Amino acid sequence: MDMSKDLVAASATPLVLAILAEGDSYGYAIIKRVAELSGGHLQWTDGMLYPVLHRLERQGLVAAKWSAAENGRRRKYYRISKEGRVQLAAQRQQWRTVDGALRGIWMQACTV
Amino acid sequence: MTAFADQPLEDQIAQWRTYLRRRQALHSADVEELEVHLRDQLVALTEVGLAGDEAFLVAVKRMGSLDALSREFARAHSERLWKQLVMAPGAETPADTGRAEIFVVLSLAVAAALAVKVPALFGHPINPNDEPPLFYARNASLFVFPLLTVYFLWKRGLGVVSGLWLALPFAAAAVFANVFPFSTRSNTEVLTVLHLPIALWLAVGFAYVGGRWFAGGGRMNFVRFSGELAIYYVLIALGGFAVILFTFMMFRAIDMNPDWFVAGWLIPCGAAGALIIGSWLVEAKQSVIENMAPVLTRLFTPLFTLLLLVFLATMAWTGSPINVKREVLIGFDLLLAVVVGLVLYAASARDAQAPPDFFDALQLLLVASALVVDGVALAAIAARISEFGFTPNRVAALGENLILLVNLAWSAWLYAGFVRRRSSFAVLERWQIAYLPVYAVWAALVVVIFPPLFGYR
Repeated sequence: MDMSKDLVAASATPLVLAILAEGDSYGYAIIKRVAELSGGHLQWTDGMLYPVLHRLERQGLVAAKWSAAENGRRRKYYRISKEGRVQLAAQRQQWRTVDGALRGIWMQACTV
Repeated sequence: MTAFADQPLEDQIAQWRTYLRRRQALHSADVEELEVHLRDQLVALTEVGLAGDEAFLVAVKRMGSLDALSREFARAHSERLWKQLVMAPGAETPADTGRAEIFVVLSLAVAAALAVKVPALFGHPINPNDEPPLFYARNASLFVFPLLTVYFLWKRGLGVVSGLWLALPFAAAAVFANVFPFSTRSNTEVLTVLHLPIALWLAVGFAYVGGRWFAGGGRMNFVRFSGELAIYYVLIALGGFAVILFTFMMFRAIDMNPDWFVAGWLIPCGAAGALIIGSWLVEAKQSVIENMAPVLTRLFTPLFTLLLLVFLATMAWTGSPINVKREVLIGFDLLLAVVVGLVLYAASARDAQAPPDFFDALQLLLVASALVVDGVALAAIAARISEFGFTPNRVAALGENLILLVNLAWSAWLYAGFVRRRSSFAVLERWQIAYLPVYAVWAALVVVIFPPLFGYR
């Protein structure tokens, strides 16, 4: 399925925030989780996740921390902040509204 | 998050990392984060059975286009591009090289500023109430260009030997600028003032390209550098003008006269130092933002074309001949120089592989109309010279006119071939850069031969 670019971009923030709400994570794991959640339909270009994460960090919605990994290299972990949770709740409300409206009209189309 | 036993794969990763680091929008921490991601991806891909290089291809493809990526990074961190403008050590140069460069540049700028004051110790004072003596105008380029050359020698890592070779033209220039017994209000002296910098700029260019004048795109880069430097210099001069205005305003408010300081120190020393600082700024930011000179070219090519065409139409309509006065010849020289500049900077920004477009046709029209206008002017001037004989100014202006005319005529021919898809744009570009030394050689001739030829008039 080919998703429209705008839709992918718009859903990036709530998805990332929701995944981080499950627990701290890092870029590669977030991408894996997105693929898993969408059954492989939501394919992000891997690199593009990072500018999104950095933007969220600047907005104070997530906090980042470098932690040492097994073999001397380090990995950057992201954690959702309090503002991030507030934002997630707001986004959730908005998506529910959109979802509800679309569902309503599509159900009607089915029954007519 | 492993290092791979597979050495070729590690090499590929290293190459990819270097490539990322060149991007101004990506800081080294971002590169590190992306590399960790790439390695995770590679581990996952090799685990499902891909060979190292296959896995690398897939992982890099999934990472996405680097252009799009650095654009997104630039958008997320818009301040980074601006910071790079001034403090520009590229991601791969260690910080102390950057600091060493700032130190070298500042020392050279101060040296240039002081060099201007040295002659004052030997009986050439600058008096704020008089015109500055022509001694300073004659030697203006000698105060700064050698130091600029030293900067490029240092920056390009050229040895002492090339330095000594490059000292020769400057030494020769110092001799020819100062040995001739010019009479007062001498025309040939003014010609020396105007032509010496043009001749010496070639020596600076030789240092700029690291001594490899004919290699690669060196000469074209020097053309780009010259254009950007001119723009930066004008900007710095505007700032300097503001400083001067405030200096006068504030010191006059407390009944002090800052004339001696402004005329004797601020303007000459500032003008010398600014050239070094401007060069450094151009060097530092060259890859960060788009060059200005080609942008101005795009703006002014249509305007000049229109101007020339309207001029020709008016002249044809009214039938009034060109009224040859003293300034007319120089004016048409300047017009040709502007047109050559427009062609040169359009060429400097053009992708030589791209097919001809509307702008190329416009350039051809510009060059052709400039040729016609200049032809008309030359005919008028030739008549005047045969009537009143040769003076140094007329011969110099005529020589310049011919040099530019030859350049433009051949450019028009090459442009016509290119627009009709008979030849490639690279030929035109090669012609333009091959012609560069001609200007310098002619300027050197004017400096060396004209004064004795015309009896120092």
